[in-house]
Amino acid sequence: MAAVSGLVRRSLEQVSGLLRRRFHRTAPAALQVTVREELERDEKVFLLGEEVAQYDGAYKVSRGLWKKYGDKRIIDTPISEMGFAGIAVGAAMAGLRPICEFMTFNFSMQAIDQVINSAAKTYYMSGGLQPVPIVFRGPNGASAGVAAQHSQCFAAWYGHCPGLKVVSPWNSEDAKGLIKSAIRDNNPVVVLENELMYGVPFELSSEAQSKDFLVPIGKAKIERQGTHITVVSHSRPVGHCLEAATVLSKEGIECEVINMRTIRPMDIETIEASVMKTNHLVTVEGGWPQFGVGAEICARIMEGPAFNFLDAPAVRVTGADVPMPYAKILEDNSVPQVKDIIFAIKKTLNI
Amino acid sequence: MRKMLAAVSRVLSGVAQKPASRVLVASRSFANDATFEIKKCDLHRLEEGPPVTTVLTREDGLRYYRMMQTVRRMELKADQLYKQKIIRGFCHLCDGQEACCVGLEAGINPTDHLITAYRAHGFTFTRGLSVREILAELTGRRGGCAKGKGGSMHMYAKNFYGGNGIVGAQGQIFEAYNMAALWKLPCIFICENNRYGMGTSVERAAASTDYYKRGDFIPGLRVDGMDILCVREATRFAAAYCRSGKGPILMELQTYRYHGHSMSDPGVSYRTREEIQEVRSKSDPIMLLKDRMVNSNLASVEELKEIDVEVRKEIEDAAQFATADPEPPLEELGHHIYSSDPPFEVRGANQWIKFKSIS
Repeated sequence: MAAVSGLVRRSLEQVSGLLRRRFHRTAPAALQVTVREELERDEKVFLLGEEVAQYDGAYKVSRGLWKKYGDKRIIDTPISEMGFAGIAVGAAMAGLRPICEFMTFNFSMQAIDQVINSAAKTYYMSGGLQPVPIVFRGPNGASAGVAAQHSQCFAAWYGHCPGLKVVSPWNSEDAKGLIKSAIRDNNPVVVLENELMYGVPFELSSEAQSKDFLVPIGKAKIERQGTHITVVSHSRPVGHCLEAATVLSKEGIECEVINMRTIRPMDIETIEASVMKTNHLVTVEGGWPQFGVGAEICARIMEGPAFNFLDAPAVRVTGADVPMPYAKILEDNSVPQVKDIIFAIKKTLNI
Repeated sequence: MRKMLAAVSRVLSGVAQKPASRVLVASRSFANDATFEIKKCDLHRLEEGPPVTTVLTREDGLRYYRMMQTVRRMELKADQLYKQKIIRGFCHLCDGQEACCVGLEAGINPTDHLITAYRAHGFTFTRGLSVREILAELTGRRGGCAKGKGGSMHMYAKNFYGGNGIVGAQGQIFEAYNMAALWKLPCIFICENNRYGMGTSVERAAASTDYYKRGDFIPGLRVDGMDILCVREATRFAAAYCRSGKGPILMELQTYRYHGHSMSDPGVSYRTREEIQEVRSKSDPIMLLKDRMVNSNLASVEELKEIDVEVRKEIEDAAQFATADPEPPLEELGHHIYSSDPPFEVRGANQWIKFKSIS
């Protein structure tokens, strides 16, 4: 009798554990689930790019999809970015909903004319007649030891263009929700993922696991509340900002960390509201400083109501203004580190 | 070696009643050169192609053997260092393709110009850089040929323009073909056809896999890229064609890479181990040269083994250097942004971190 009740109790615990259990997913896993859900939901959605089909994806984002959906929905392309990006844009114009994968955004430079001139500007140029519902996605920014031609951040380049939407997820929840919104959006959306984040597992709330979980494009998220200073970032550096905030909290400095999530259209209102509360601003990004995301945020703050609330000039933390070097010591000092963020915060607060 | 020869001569003199000294002399003399038949190249828009026989001197043979073995051992050492995480990032190895870089260099002059994609370590060596400089660049140290700032895909030398990481650009190559032909530029376009573009076989990526024909109005050759003599003769032919003012020419070298596309690709999900093994046992370029030389008495097995030992030592020494050499100094992070300019300041991760930039 005791044994049976023991059994019953154990299985009940297991069941409730299952219900309570939160999934930990890495971004590729979250992306893979999302792309699968969207392929299921809308037969016009398809994925094309290098090694996406039979190789299961260079970073395994499309694992298992070709087996399930075949050649018509998951398409391996030759190594011809300009060519297949153009084909994808044409497909979007004709009514399909392509997801065009760039193995990294560095290769998108081969195709940038298609992204900007064929995708971004067309709805405007046609006077509202021709939408281009396309998603360009892939890893962006610095990885580890991949040197100058493979480490560039394109947030500023794509964020510069009217007609494009540009999103930059940090964690798996961002990745899942933003890609879903991007696929369902009728406009060209550039999704800047991050290769170093592909291997990091994040908790996915049960809400985020839902098939219709959307993270709206154009809305930032306050990852951590604070009162002393606003720290704004996007993509992988968001994690560094949270680390810096944890360290500084021990010294009594409470940082409000904002995860931009979207580069364009930028949610400047959330940043302004925060600056009006904290009176201090530091921006953090992986890209180069000149004409970067931080530069844009600073300019907009000056143009808006938050300027009068600043007690000190806004400060930018960025990648170093050099092509990415290969040697580890040089590479480490070419990307924003936690110590650089802490330093900038303290300087701004005059500590 | 001496003991072995003495033993051999004793046996032989016992059997053949010949004086020992004469046998010793006979086993020590090699042929000066030998003539070999090589595969005929497939031709596109050419009346005649490279010769189907070639003369290989003992001296050249030994040099090619040493160079190919050096490239082979260097790449295998890079594999090892990568697995030990001493080399980071991307690493695209060319073992299997040694006949291409060594054969090419044998057919051109050091004053000719060469540019290639990311599978560049072999070319970096044949264009004149030392194994030390190459391995130290792979490990990101100051003794590297690019001072540690470039890494695997960005090595340069005199008349060698890298090492480039962004490829594919099929449109660009047709633009290049057009202008080269239009302006009769003395340019050899070379395709090292190793049957796969990353993880995709050529059949799945190319509407026509006769790459040597894809220059259309540009003549082309399809060459056995596993036979260094074939590559050398084809290169000599192509170079002569260009130098005579006739314009560009295309060379497709049929070759094979033993490793995957890069160190992050195991290379067996899109091709079979049997296929790799078959190429290794039947078409290995170093083995092919060795067999030819030994069978024509251009060199002895022992002599070639000695070269193997020397090469191994050279690679070990280079690897030692590459692991022990210090990283470039942090102060040089900002250097070499512009050429021939006065020094200026480079911004670091925030406005208070500054680096000096010197040309």
